Amino acid sequence: MTVLSRGASAFAILSLLAATAAQAQMTEVGDGEGALSIVAWAGYIERGETDPAYDWVTKFEESTGCMVDVKTANTSDEMVALMNEGGFDLVTASGDASLRLIAGGKVQPVNTDLIPSWSKVDDRLKDAPWFTVDGQHYGVPYQWGPNVLMYNTEVFKEPPTSWNVVFEAQDLPDGQANAGRVQAYDGPIYIADAALYLMKHKPELGITSPYELNEEQYAAALDLLRGQRELVSRYWHDAYIQMDDFKNEGMVASGSWPFMVNLLQSEGAPVASTIPEEGATGWADTLMLHVDAEHPNCAYKWMEHSLSSNLQSDLSVWFGSVPAVPAACTDGSGMQTQEGCHANGFDDFDRIQFWRTPVADCSQGDDACVPYYRWVSDYIGVIGGR
Amino acid sequence: MTAVAEGAPVREAGGGLSDTLWRRPRLLLLLLLAPPLLWLGIIYLGSLFALLAQSFFSIDEFSGVIDRTPTLKTYGELLRPANLDIIWRTLAMSAAVTVASVGVAFPIAYYAARYARGRWKALFYLGVMLPLWSSYLVKVYAWKLILAKEGILGWAFEGVGLGWLLDAFLSVPGIGGNSLSVSPTGTFIVFVYVWLPYMILPIQAALERVPGSLVEASGDLGASPAQTFRHVLWPLALPGVVAGSIFTFSLTLGDYIIPQIVGTSARFIGLAVYQYQGTAGNVPLAAAFAVVPIVVMGIYLWIAKRMGAFDAL
Repeated sequence: MTVLSRGASAFAILSLLAATAAQAQMTEVGDGEGALSIVAWAGYIERGETDPAYDWVTKFEESTGCMVDVKTANTSDEMVALMNEGGFDLVTASGDASLRLIAGGKVQPVNTDLIPSWSKVDDRLKDAPWFTVDGQHYGVPYQWGPNVLMYNTEVFKEPPTSWNVVFEAQDLPDGQANAGRVQAYDGPIYIADAALYLMKHKPELGITSPYELNEEQYAAALDLLRGQRELVSRYWHDAYIQMDDFKNEGMVASGSWPFMVNLLQSEGAPVASTIPEEGATGWADTLMLHVDAEHPNCAYKWMEHSLSSNLQSDLSVWFGSVPAVPAACTDGSGMQTQEGCHANGFDDFDRIQFWRTPVADCSQGDDACVPYYRWVSDYIGVIGGR
Repeated sequence: MTAVAEGAPVREAGGGLSDTLWRRPRLLLLLLLAPPLLWLGIIYLGSLFALLAQSFFSIDEFSGVIDRTPTLKTYGELLRPANLDIIWRTLAMSAAVTVASVGVAFPIAYYAARYARGRWKALFYLGVMLPLWSSYLVKVYAWKLILAKEGILGWAFEGVGLGWLLDAFLSVPGIGGNSLSVSPTGTFIVFVYVWLPYMILPIQAALERVPGSLVEASGDLGASPAQTFRHVLWPLALPGVVAGSIFTFSLTLGDYIIPQIVGTSARFIGLAVYQYQGTAGNVPLAAAFAVVPIVVMGIYLWIAKRMGAFDAL
């Protein structure tokens, strides 16, 4: 691609951004339009149909008259595609989708003055870079969580202190090798986990963010992952398959989500989770408003509802995530408790590197970093043993 | 009654249309054929060509946006070592699954065609078809559990004191792994299981058309059973075998679910298409990958035709 056309597309993106920022925000919330459609992760919008104890929709519909319609998406890319198509009001976008939506002009800035409970949002999230651009908020934080290290408590009497149990060949405390007994995530974003490990163990590489890797740092991360391929029998991408592997396949350590840890523990499996000394990667989701939303009033009412009702508390129990409203851990609005929040990672915020889409133009300079599409093809190569 | 039948025909509403159609059989043919032809031409072939066209686009490395100028760059990417690995891995698996399916299916089909009678025949059909009635996913997950390290198969091997044999097999590089469920052998077993009915039925159909007198004549003329098989039975059953192999080969070539659940996580073509298209948004490369099975099957069908697999159609 020529320098000229690159400049042109950069300019196009910038002007898109400017156009979005110039767009008028809502100034008041009127009566509901009677309907609301949300693109969400599975399990994010529950109306008591899966389990009667988990319901944060029925009351909202009764009090506002806005009938909630949910479209479930399985990947961030699917969410971006659905929002590009249009016809939806809100989306629960993760950090690897939210900036793309903002850059693409598909979501509008949110007037936080219209959301009374905005003040209750976790201060650590209020201006988070994955939904705040030039001081404009493009949404309301929804939930977040870390990618923890899940381990078998019969093998590890003490929690492992480092991710090296999944990255480096070694004997585990039970005297047997870790080869064939550890797992890694089957998604290209996992390269960031390797980079995070190298941040601590190979400081000479000078990695400052696991999502901004130059060629040399990127090659080192891939090397680490190639070594890991020797240890990993199967990569996990489906929560239930991973749980099955811990039960039937003799897995003892893997990157995982609190969701699986909680579910396995509830079944009595000997597992626990920890965030090792290197820290961890994680995800943070934001409720974002479509630029052409047909039901903006209902959308604003839902944003307020998402912060002020039992949603934050109960959802964090249901999903194994951390509420975006710290009070939800203790105020009894739902089933969540201080211990539960702690177990899901509430106190580990500063040790988490939240998922972002790797782009070529990064803090190391324009075109200095390896972009996401190469992460995809190279990770496929690594898993294929190359 | 005859008087009425021979009298002036009664004109009914719509009679004009049927008269027209009767007078112009070509118009009738056109009307009858148009919907299926449109379906085949626009929806089926049209989408195929749309896919082929995509593979000549490329992805802009800066923005991830698709560049719609025709180029062969994407095919260049397809030839990178990691992608060639995927293609070879898939082809090798498809070939192995096909050969093994023939090996397992032939005796079953032979028995069903020659010896099974009456109720046994019905039972046999049921046995072959039954797996097709339950969900594909359920079967694959069931196999994951059977093949797991702590699954029933490992337990059985331990139970009869052959655990060392399984371990020795699993330590063979290339086909082994930590357990059967995470080894290429596991993927292979599940593929053979899932596609086997598609091999048995065509072979059985072919064998049923082989007259028993030919086999007897071969024996009368002094041929050993092996010779009879090689010179009489096998050539006559070959069209069925080839027809079955088209199913097992092409189904393995395109499958993306089994390698996700059972195996080493190493990509197969179907999985690569799924991931490039869905996760990476690299539709051109996904399309280029999708062209591979089309080309392979084209060659395969051409060979099959030369071997007479379609003569019985």
